[in-house]
Amino acid sequence: MIKLLSGNEALAWGAYHAGVRVGAAYPGTPSTEILETLSSFDDIYTEWSTNEKVAMEVALGAAYSGVRSLVSMKQVGLNVASDPFMAASTTGINAGMVVISADDPGIHSSQNEQDNRHYAKFAKVAMLEPSDSQEAYEFVACAFDLSEQFDTPVLVRTTTRISHAKSPVKLNRRRPKPVTGLGFKHEAGKYVMLPVHARIRHPLIEERLVKLKSYAETSPLNQVFWGERRLGIITSGVAYQYAREVFPRASFLKLGMSYPIPKNLIHDFSSQVDKLIVIEELDPFLEENIQAMGIEVAGKEFIPRAGELNPSIIEAASQRAGLLEKTSPQPKLEITSELPKRPPLLCPGCPHTGLFFILSSLGQRSKLPGAKDKTLREPKLVITGDIGCYTLGALPPHSAMDTTACMGASIGQALGIEKAGVRDKVVAVIGDSTFLHAGITGLVNAVYNQGQITLIILDNGTTAMTGHQDHPGTGISAQGKKTKAVELESLVRGIGISDVKVVDAFNLKALRTSLRSALESSELSVIIVRGDCPIHVRKRSEPRVINTDKCNQCGICLLLGCPAIQNDNGHLYINPMLCTGQSCTICQQLCPQQAIGPQSKIMDRVLK
Amino acid sequence: MKKLDLLMTGVGGQGIILASNILGEAALAVGYDVKKTDTLGMAQRGGSFISHVRIARKVYSPLIKEGEADILLAFEKLEAARWSYFLKPGGIAIVNNLSQPPLSVNLGNERYPSDEEITKILKQGTDRIYFVNGSSCATKLGDIRTLNMFMLGCVSLFMPLKVSIWKDSTAQHLPPNIQKINTIAFGLGRKEIRSVHLRKGSPPPSRTVVD
Repeated sequence: MIKLLSGNEALAWGAYHAGVRVGAAYPGTPSTEILETLSSFDDIYTEWSTNEKVAMEVALGAAYSGVRSLVSMKQVGLNVASDPFMAASTTGINAGMVVISADDPGIHSSQNEQDNRHYAKFAKVAMLEPSDSQEAYEFVACAFDLSEQFDTPVLVRTTTRISHAKSPVKLNRRRPKPVTGLGFKHEAGKYVMLPVHARIRHPLIEERLVKLKSYAETSPLNQVFWGERRLGIITSGVAYQYAREVFPRASFLKLGMSYPIPKNLIHDFSSQVDKLIVIEELDPFLEENIQAMGIEVAGKEFIPRAGELNPSIIEAASQRAGLLEKTSPQPKLEITSELPKRPPLLCPGCPHTGLFFILSSLGQRSKLPGAKDKTLREPKLVITGDIGCYTLGALPPHSAMDTTACMGASIGQALGIEKAGVRDKVVAVIGDSTFLHAGITGLVNAVYNQGQITLIILDNGTTAMTGHQDHPGTGISAQGKKTKAVELESLVRGIGISDVKVVDAFNLKALRTSLRSALESSELSVIIVRGDCPIHVRKRSEPRVINTDKCNQCGICLLLGCPAIQNDNGHLYINPMLCTGQSCTICQQLCPQQAIGPQSKIMDRVLK
Repeated sequence: MKKLDLLMTGVGGQGIILASNILGEAALAVGYDVKKTDTLGMAQRGGSFISHVRIARKVYSPLIKEGEADILLAFEKLEAARWSYFLKPGGIAIVNNLSQPPLSVNLGNERYPSDEEITKILKQGTDRIYFVNGSSCATKLGDIRTLNMFMLGCVSLFMPLKVSIWKDSTAQHLPPNIQKINTIAFGLGRKEIRSVHLRKGSPPPSRTVVD
């Protein structure tokens, strides 16, 4: 059977056909679809874990118990999970354990551009890098075998263009029957990392690395494609595909296993080509390893370190480096740089819109379109932000976020800003899923250390940005089954916070009142702003319209940043295709002229 | 021609992912190698969106090289202009007649380009530009979400795939109750391209052949 699958789908199929029994993950672009696909199969336990650290520990527990397990995450997820990842490397496993890290070169949806290949070297584990969906399918099975053969977790590293590119996959394997009679092995020397045990494990890890190096020399994962001997290219992952396209006649050493690297194979390859280059995305990971072998090699002196690669970039860089003949430059198209940009926005009917409008106005962050005074007043409040759709609140027209670092950082940062003696009130803004992921410990810390911050939890009942995955607060499991829901207000009260309010995200007045009172209070306070994500619940009703007789074009509704409200040369109107109607009505509540309402009512008034 | 590189662009939420999946699977069904990749970024809706679809006997890179796309299929005019530098000289641009101004334009901070400016940008690379009334046709049909099938109908006239192949691929992606309306939208897209040619007095387009 040949199917057009994304790399992520292929990884899940590959793991399923390799007999994986436990899968755990926290959603994160570009890795999310791996566990989503795995969860659609029968005969496997999968879960959305509260965060990547927990997911890694769940997978490790399963692997100790003789069951093949998989854990997947985005690049920064491995930072969160790095503690149990290092532990997994130290203890080794009993059945195969595969860790998938999906990196995001180009920062399509992340806070940084880190290259997680370094983690393989750091943790002294094997790393595989598929270069298309077929390889994703096959390499996962291979990773499980290697994991068991060498008693190590295996890192499978993808990037956005592997995870989120579709290509044909031959699904030519079948899921094996579960192995019976396995169980947890009581082996304290291997699994209890007391110093006395860990000291014994370390030399074993070094030995393992030596064995892996010798395996890499002859592994079918590493392939040589001979072309002209004038130029030899060492590459891996999607960079191989780009390089192959730009240099169709060169010779290639494609490393499917990119850590540890096969030294003899590389020496052999380099000795048979006139010039050796490395084409890789982000850091000079392969290049530095090869340079350390004393081999003359070029790479990052012409291939950019920052940003996602593509064939055009590699071609231009290679031409500048004299590796390719310059083609006659195409006449560069004009004007395109002057076109208005179209950054992503909070959706129509988004439950975050009202809160950010209030934060923006209380924090003096916005002014009316066409306002005479071009300068903004000095902003009030310090607003620390977090990771999610709501990070878009940092952009105009709201401009209501002053920091965003990593999952859960808003709360610790807010306390630090307060303790630094900043006079302004400090407000932390975090989503429900992010709060459960990494916010709870920060809040416990703020209680313990007598913080006076206000925490706003934006509870839209889902992990929205990654495509609506469930989390411990939703009461639905990864397989879509009903389970116990963690109630945010009980949790927050339980750690000793008494000033806790739950506010309707679509009630502008209630939002303003509760925020004002929290800002005036010198007590640690929590406001849970609750409202469904409209894309998730798909609720739509009669769209709002603007009564043009009443509208005086003041433009305050535009400050909501709602994509449904549009401006046709000063004539304001609501796009009925985009407006979600009754479930929102934020603009209707805001309009000082009361010019906005449901179509039927507005038309009545016009007729009267 | 040895390959067909197609860049689809528009605004997040216009159904481009589904359309490029249908297109890719249709090409796979008749034995081509296919790679496709979407820009999936933050937020579900409202951002500038592109999808690369590459069809050939053997495809390496999932990303199309700048200036080498054979066809630009644009669901919105500003996005057509923004991504037009991907089109090869003399390539085909199919542009839905829709202006969806971004927020910066609504707030009066930037200006939406005029039709003349958009045409001028596109004409720097090609004269083969088709402006089609996809959004108004889909609205008349009673469901704006059929826009993606209308646009596939337009591009189908330039591709070496039979209508039945398109139908099979579509059937795999859409629930039965909305297949009829989407088939109509697909047909209207085909009709639209033919009528542009009739208006110009030129013969209908010949299919691109992928070796």
